[in-house]
Amino acid sequence: MTLAPPALRVAGLRKAYDDVVAVDGLDLTVNAGECFGLLGPNGAGKTTTIEICEGLTAPDSGTVEVLGMTWASDERALRERLGIQLQETQLAEKLTVGETVQLFRSFYTTGRDVQEVIDVVQLGEKVHARVGKLSGGQKQRLALACAIVGDPELLFLDEPTTGLDPQSRRQLWDLIVELRASGRSIVLTTHYMDEAERLCDRVAIVDHGRVIALGSPRELIASLGAEHVVEFTTGAGGHALDRDELRALDGVKAAREQDGRWTLEVVELARAMPALLGELGRRGLRLGELATHSATLEDVFVSLTGRQLRDA
Amino acid sequence: MPEPMMREATSARRPWRQRSLVQLTLVRFREFLREPEAVFWTFVFPVLLAVGLGIAFRNKPADAVVVGVVTGTASGDSLATRLAASPALRVERMSDTTAARALRTGEVALVATAGAAGGIEYRFDDTRPEGRSARFTVDEAVQRGAGRTDPVRVSERRVQEKGSRYIDFVVPGLLGMNIMAGGIWGLGFAIVEARRRNLLKRLVSTPMPRAEYLASFLFSRFVFLLLEVGMILGCSMLLFGVPVRGSLLQLLAVCFIAALSFGGLGLLIASRAKTTEGVSGLMNLAMMPMWVLSGVFFSSSNFPAVAQPFIQALPLTATNNALRATMLQGAGWAAVMPSLAIVAAWGIGCFVVALRIFRWR
Ligand SMILES: Nc1ncnc2c1ncn2[C@@H]1O[C@H](COP(=O)(O)OP(=O)(O)OP(=O)(O)O)[C@@H](O)[C@H]1O
Ligand SMILES: [Mg+2]
Repeated sequence: MTLAPPALRVAGLRKAYDDVVAVDGLDLTVNAGECFGLLGPNGAGKTTTIEICEGLTAPDSGTVEVLGMTWASDERALRERLGIQLQETQLAEKLTVGETVQLFRSFYTTGRDVQEVIDVVQLGEKVHARVGKLSGGQKQRLALACAIVGDPELLFLDEPTTGLDPQSRRQLWDLIVELRASGRSIVLTTHYMDEAERLCDRVAIVDHGRVIALGSPRELIASLGAEHVVEFTTGAGGHALDRDELRALDGVKAAREQDGRWTLEVVELARAMPALLGELGRRGLRLGELATHSATLEDVFVSLTGRQLRDA
Repeated sequence: MPEPMMREATSARRPWRQRSLVQLTLVRFREFLREPEAVFWTFVFPVLLAVGLGIAFRNKPADAVVVGVVTGTASGDSLATRLAASPALRVERMSDTTAARALRTGEVALVATAGAAGGIEYRFDDTRPEGRSARFTVDEAVQRGAGRTDPVRVSERRVQEKGSRYIDFVVPGLLGMNIMAGGIWGLGFAIVEARRRNLLKRLVSTPMPRAEYLASFLFSRFVFLLLEVGMILGCSMLLFGVPVRGSLLQLLAVCFIAALSFGGLGLLIASRAKTTEGVSGLMNLAMMPMWVLSGVFFSSSNFPAVAQPFIQALPLTATNNALRATMLQGAGWAAVMPSLAIVAAWGIGCFVVALRIFRWR
């Protein structure tokens, strides 16, 4: 058995628009059968990257190899084997769900049964409904149906769950998990940590058009060296606290302050909490709010950039 | 490697309904027919317009000419009585001041005043056709009443030739206008709307052949064209007896070539624009001059000679000329060839440029 080529290989990708460098020397490899996440704040360059990989945007420089082929020489064959969901597409509103999926099916020489795909995305009841009358979540699922009706080997999903309520998001996650389980390779972008942690085998954290961290969600979180995050505020006098002193506390790995709110990366909660309370008591400070959570990819991003992912 | 999941028949064995060209063309029909306004403007409006124009400009027997006669004097009263005897005239008796006002507002076409010594004065505006014709009608009645006889005997035969009435002139114009609007609006809006919604980008991210997408517009245009032409021609033949003197086949061929050509123009207009506002502006820019200049509602020969080479080179002028020649003069292929050549040249030029600069994403 020959080894399958990587689903996607990108090297030295660069793309500048008039006033911004959207992608700035980006390298990626997505293995066959893997679900790969591009995670990053607004404007990080995720959509630009993915659209270059989809052969929809030309890069300024760099190479893209998809399923072992290049856009320049194998466009037609590639299009048959890819499934694409763009970040923003409004499908024709006057068509019904059934007609839309049927239309997309007609573009592929081989593919899946239209009705089956509609059932898979749970729009069976809406086959005869006009696209314009669907809810946001139903539209997203229809977009996914159009992406998978050609039975693709590699799926590009750009923010497939943005704007969905928690229940619809979960339904979509289940679909993606199934697709991945049936052997398809998936590249998706998101700015939801939980989504990346839940769905992706590996994640690339992208910021300012570069990959700043790469690995499985577990590895990335482990790279923090801290399992927990403690956030707290104090009563008056909080500014008297010192970053280096906090960092020196037992079990604390890093400390940051933003707008009077402190964040500690903590290796072991049971050791760090008494130490923190002791320190506050020594300075005569009262604890305001206190919250702790297990470390997430969000914390990885904050630790790497000093910014929150959501409002970076 | 992914396990194959219920892969379906390949395109070679695929039923015709599942082919992309058929599906794309079906989309065009569905989108059009599910838009009631579009159906109205394409099919109902031109017929209403033809009916309206046909009624407004129907050829009616000449109305009696309304003339004012200044009365109050003996000679004035007798003049009024004499003129009232003529069936071609309707006489309004009035004072000198009201007469002046009635003439100014066009209530009467002419004011006759009996002067001293048996003379009569006609007051009328000789820049107005009614004024001039009233002068002759009144004078005829006056002179004949006074005993004039004609030295030459004449006889009259009244004819109303079908094909020379206004409605006959305007129906081919409306047909041309409709073909132009259908091509330009039909392609322009749908394509720019698809581009604005990122749908065009989504489509080209599939293996869809791009030529098929564009061809679907032309195919659907042809089907609608047959319906439009049938509707407009059918109604105007039935209601007004508008003639088709040349061959129906030739007429359809002219419509067909014009539809292709205006489809090309529509494609060109839609080739770059990203907003519907932007494309509406371009469409109006292209269509407005032709509505005015190309002889839809009145003959383009009304414009000065210096403008004629430009006007005659417009695709709608050429279309209208070919349609009128075929319908009204019964001209054959040879006679419409020059016009068709102009129409075709526009079409080819537009397609070539449009495909070059077309923005797919
Ligand atoms: N067509 C364009 N013209 C000019 N600038 C662009 C264009 N597309 C993207 N950009 C810029 O490139 C940068 C990266 O944009 P991109 O859409 O790739 O970000 P993203 O990571 O997908 O963001 P989001 O999470 O908001 O979707 C942004 O600064 C954006 O303003
Ligand atoms: Mg994006």
